[in-house]
Amino acid sequence: MPDSESEKEYWRWTESRYTNPDTKWEAGDIISAGVDVGSVSTQAVVMVDSKIYCYASMRTGSDSPDSANNAIDWALEGTGLTLDKIEFAVGTGYGRVNVPFADRAITEIACHGRGANFIYGPEIRTVLDMGGQDCKAIRVDNRGKVTAFLMNDKCAAGTGRGMEVFADLLQVHINDVGEMSLKVEEEPEPVSSTCVVFAKSEAVGLLRKGWGKEKVLAAYCSAMAHRVVTLLLRLGIEEKFAITGGIAKNIGVVKRIEDELNINAPKPKIDPQLAGAIGAALFGKALVEKQRKKT
Amino acid sequence: MRTAGIDAGSKFTKVIILNDNSILSMASILSGFDQEKSAKEALNNALEKIKVSSEEIKHITATGAGMEAISFADDTITTITANGRGANFLFPTARTVIDIGAEEGRVLRIDDQGKVKDFGINEKCAAGAGAFIEAMSRALEVDIDMMGVLSLRSTKKIPINAQCTIFAESEVVSLIHQKTAKEDIIRAVHDAIADRNTSMVRQLGIEKEIALIGGVARNTGFVNSMNRNLGFDLLVPKELVSPEYVTALGAALVARDKIGG
Repeated sequence: MPDSESEKEYWRWTESRYTNPDTKWEAGDIISAGVDVGSVSTQAVVMVDSKIYCYASMRTGSDSPDSANNAIDWALEGTGLTLDKIEFAVGTGYGRVNVPFADRAITEIACHGRGANFIYGPEIRTVLDMGGQDCKAIRVDNRGKVTAFLMNDKCAAGTGRGMEVFADLLQVHINDVGEMSLKVEEEPEPVSSTCVVFAKSEAVGLLRKGWGKEKVLAAYCSAMAHRVVTLLLRLGIEEKFAITGGIAKNIGVVKRIEDELNINAPKPKIDPQLAGAIGAALFGKALVEKQRKKT
Repeated sequence: MRTAGIDAGSKFTKVIILNDNSILSMASILSGFDQEKSAKEALNNALEKIKVSSEEIKHITATGAGMEAISFADDTITTITANGRGANFLFPTARTVIDIGAEEGRVLRIDDQGKVKDFGINEKCAAGAGAFIEAMSRALEVDIDMMGVLSLRSTKKIPINAQCTIFAESEVVSLIHQKTAKEDIIRAVHDAIADRNTSMVRQLGIEKEIALIGGVARNTGFVNSMNRNLGFDLLVPKELVSPEYVTALGAALVARDKIGG
């Protein structure tokens, strides 16, 4: 492998920011923020009266407080809105206790339930959150309140981190993995190893046997789908079913989960990686309302 | 009477040639993707050293993850059978054998003949196997053969919280960024894999003495972590053969039994 090739960072997904052109923060009543400091990515969402006003989504650095600050700074960039005008900020995710400007920390499971309810609507009863370093199956009620959950955070199989390893190995950009994995005429057998380390050596063997990248990715995406489906089946699925987190954007995994379960998951209109931060911001707003009622 | 044992491991293929019960020659090469070819090459290397032709080998027994690929072997035996037999030959007092290879970890209880009574295997997860140390040595940019020696210089016990190899890799990288001494990180790596294997031994029940075999047993730092965990010293092959050859030795001994006489 030439050096210039190996230095390319195929795992590096596109960071993004957004401002809603139809919302004026000046006209809003309650401005709340949610910051989801995950193990791999950090999202900051600012909501004005439960409407998304702006957000930023970026890679988590080695330091959680810095990552949280960077994300909110980038989200607010160019909006004229400043941190002191945000009435309530909630931190969530792996680094939730390390959000310097947060008024409260709430678990990511609660926030993902709430966020999925916002993104996909109140009919959602089962949420699969596929994050960077963990995977959760969550059952929620019509208000997005968590009623049960199961989680894998011990093993990289079935997480975004595992997919990043494969993007690097095959030198396919992480954003293209899903699409590429669907370009196979016939679905191959899934890779047999659960462990990402072993799956990687299995994939190297398949490439030497002459398999194309598409076929190897298909075999990995379906193994990953199968892995998370077992988690879902253990929890028990109640429809409707939706997927959040970064992997929700990988059509190769999503389609294979849908096929294995024989259930369709709705396509998100809002970036599903924002679910945790959106849920956190909504909790922020609810807490402000509660405070106001008291006084 | 000359026999050969071939252990087609996931990483290395090892060959032992015996004349009755004495070791004549041995060889080890990377397994690669064509296990039959590697096995043939390893066997030829071992024969070459003693100037013996392949016709003079009366029986070849193959074992290890890739044993099915070796069509020129006379028969195959399971890895645990070979583990038990080889360990019993070197350490007749051993009643428990721990075999840690590149991608698998095994614990077995054996009787005084080296026969397997009970066993446990981890083949699903890299965290307890050599692949774990290999991944960490890459992250640390330390030669894998130096890991053992370096960890013995550690002065501080630090934990690695992640169990998964992939997650532990990121943890090691952040420890490097925090300027943690490499020696301490390496010791933590060995402690982590030793913890995984110790719990596998405990699950099966500890019966002394315990022999430690497989390529990972060459790593003195790992052996130290295991000894610390268990509170006594494990038996590690040194004089006759290096630990990674014990399974091939077991296969060669079984081959010797087969032809009798």
